[in-house]
Amino acid sequence: MLLYALRRLIYLVPVAFGVSLLVFALVHLAPGDPISAIVPPDAPKEVVDKLKEYYGFDKPLPVQYLRWLGVTLTGDLGTSIGTGRSVASEVGSAFGNTIILAIAATLLAFSLAVVLGTAAAYAKSRIVDRLVTVISLIGVSVPHFWLAIVLVIIFAVELGALPPMGIGPENSTGWKFDRAHLAHMILPTIALSVIPLGVVTRTVRSTVKETLSMEFVTALQAKGMRDSRILFHVLKNAAPTCLAVMGLQAGNLIGGSILIETVFAWPGTGFLLNSAIFRRDLPILQGTTLVLAGFFMLLNLTVDIIQTMVDPRIKRG
Amino acid sequence: MFNRLRVAATGLAILAAAATPAFAQGTLRIGMTAADIPQTTGQPDQGFEGFRFAGYTIYDALVNWDLSKADAIADIRPGLAVSWAPVEGEPTKWVFKLREGVKFHDGSEFDADAVIWNLEKVLNDKSPQFDRKQMAQVRARIPTLVGYRKIDKYTVELTTRIVNSLFPYDMSYVFYSSPANWEKQDKDWNKVALNPSGTGPFKVDRVVPRERMELSRNADYWEKARVPKLDKVILFPMPEAATRTAALLAGQVDWIEVPAPDAIPRLKQGGMTIVTNKYPHNWAYQPSMVEGSPWTDVRVRKAANMAIDRAGLNKLLGGLMIESKGHVYPGHPWFGSPAFDIKYDPAAAKKLLAEAGYSATKKPKIKIAISTSGSGQMLPLPMNEYVQENLNAVGFDTSFEVMEWNALVTFAFQPATGDAAKKAGVNGVNISRATVDPYSGFTRLMHSNFVPPVGANWGILKDDKLDAMINKAHASFDKAEQTKALSEVHGYVVDQAYWIWIAHDLNPRAMNPKVKGFVQAQSWFQDLTPVEIK
Repeated sequence: MLLYALRRLIYLVPVAFGVSLLVFALVHLAPGDPISAIVPPDAPKEVVDKLKEYYGFDKPLPVQYLRWLGVTLTGDLGTSIGTGRSVASEVGSAFGNTIILAIAATLLAFSLAVVLGTAAAYAKSRIVDRLVTVISLIGVSVPHFWLAIVLVIIFAVELGALPPMGIGPENSTGWKFDRAHLAHMILPTIALSVIPLGVVTRTVRSTVKETLSMEFVTALQAKGMRDSRILFHVLKNAAPTCLAVMGLQAGNLIGGSILIETVFAWPGTGFLLNSAIFRRDLPILQGTTLVLAGFFMLLNLTVDIIQTMVDPRIKRG
Repeated sequence: MFNRLRVAATGLAILAAAATPAFAQGTLRIGMTAADIPQTTGQPDQGFEGFRFAGYTIYDALVNWDLSKADAIADIRPGLAVSWAPVEGEPTKWVFKLREGVKFHDGSEFDADAVIWNLEKVLNDKSPQFDRKQMAQVRARIPTLVGYRKIDKYTVELTTRIVNSLFPYDMSYVFYSSPANWEKQDKDWNKVALNPSGTGPFKVDRVVPRERMELSRNADYWEKARVPKLDKVILFPMPEAATRTAALLAGQVDWIEVPAPDAIPRLKQGGMTIVTNKYPHNWAYQPSMVEGSPWTDVRVRKAANMAIDRAGLNKLLGGLMIESKGHVYPGHPWFGSPAFDIKYDPAAAKKLLAEAGYSATKKPKIKIAISTSGSGQMLPLPMNEYVQENLNAVGFDTSFEVMEWNALVTFAFQPATGDAAKKAGVNGVNISRATVDPYSGFTRLMHSNFVPPVGANWGILKDDKLDAMINKAHASFDKAEQTKALSEVHGYVVDQAYWIWIAHDLNPRAMNPKVKGFVQAQSWFQDLTPVEIK
């Protein structure tokens, strides 16, 4: 297992390299110019040229990429051309805020999904099954940014029950575990959890249903085992598939929250990326994407290891 | 349905009620359109919104703007300089007399050394305090400033490359940050950004990147009549219009910039006040005047100007625009007396096109580069689609090259003869322009010496008579003469229909009725000092 984990970690290097190359190519393929985003529209050419030279944008693209890669390998992600702040500190603070939201949404989505999916699989009544199927379909289909706006209109504007934006009250510095900050989390967490709720509910439902039809379940019932114990065995058998899907969804929650974070002005990586895209802040774009991709890969590795621990039949290494 | 929702939300409401803090009297919370806090070191980024909230709040210029009136266009007034004048017989040299007794927020003194130090900060890349980020923001705004020297503790001499009577306007864009504070912050502009020190009416209490900036009253502000009435101002970046609207309606902010037109009825229904005023903004098509472009024929340009139903467009925007009659709006001191009356007259437009040799089988092909969004662009897609219908109805063949805002700005870095325009077949651009001062209003856009990359005369408009008229305005040192010269420039460009003028924005902002005392100046900049929360 240790060897397997080490090998997977080594595999991360070429994947990260590929991701960085792809990100670099994509941001340079897009029309627009990073310098034009930080100067007034009619800035003198000499100013634009000086800035291009200073930031190295006057060099050929392969040279720019290698320079960036060289700096990145030292652990320094460079400096934002939009703010002058260190990319590492920008990404670090934003990433912390995103993780908080992602964890909350993951917990909400996965716990609800397990309950709903299992209930649908176990349900003798077709109504329960259909109801859960409808819920999961809505979860998969509804645009989460639209839902976010609807939630804001209902709970913040119409009812005045919850704050519509921001990470905390005006006098706060960063996120804290208290009532005020939790109130700010409720709406973005709900909006963010909808898609994984739909996806994971469907997976849990189908996997549990499939497991229930296996012979060992009949055998356990014939032995007179209590239903709760049978459920435990069923869930344990269904877990590897569900965990794999959950791992992917958890990764999506971190990388795919641009719209939600923008709607709620939540200062995470999504908000940072949105701002960086419009400002053509290439160092921020590259740094954030690289960190997110690295995290996604580590998350997948962690899920693989947990899968093996849960189900020893899965051999790795 | 809402009753049920109310019940369902009771639990959440209890939680949130306990979580919502009470605000001290006199704290104004503003939702900006920017996605981040504008640069706070002295020269703000994020366009004129940056100047509005991180410029004239924290800092002063030698020449400030008079933002106290809503019924007249904002003009310049003494700021950190009490007076200025060109040197007798040497009109390229200007002497600025500085205000005595002004202190930066950190307690250090503002004097001629501070002025020279700040100019070096943006103009001399060999100086230790040189800051590229600030240089990038201000160099375009002071194109003629080439020299500076201290005469005595409260007098400086500034030199311009050419005779430029409009130079004081340029100096309204240069802010002065504390040299002592820069030393204190280890000569690191990134640290200064978190702890800036200016001379302005507001001090910076806290900057949290991407989250908020907190300003507090500078009780020792040098202009006693403008010591802020507010205790604090908190600025939030909220790039999404729906978020700003929801935040205002939910009481999380008291003031939002640029509400979406379709949200105005809901905001009014929620008891919010919508504040608008005209200001020097211009939403138009800047045509290519190079050989082969249909726009080189004045009859085509006039036809386009007369083809557009601006009243209908205004209806589309919920009344949030002024119908253009020229480069500046009627009533502006530079409007003058153009003979060409820009109005909706499709029959006259068709006649002009026919006179120019166009017909149903031979239509003038126009292709405009437009953006999907962007600073000052209003609602570019629906507005352009509306204009396209109008133009096509009188016989134009109109199409668009649609791009993202940043890409459009980059596109316009090359003139109409550049590769980008040629490749796309574009013969016009739709970039909203701030016509704040004579240079930004006319010179950079229409003088033949200011073709990109020098200026923003994208269409390569070359008219010797117009150049001479603009030069005359730059050489007029008497204010009345200067205004007269500029009104003549305006009358001439309208008569020649050099642009296709469509709309002037009304600078909408929405605020809670408890916000009192705000006077919306006819300017991109606004004064927060008289504002109160009651």
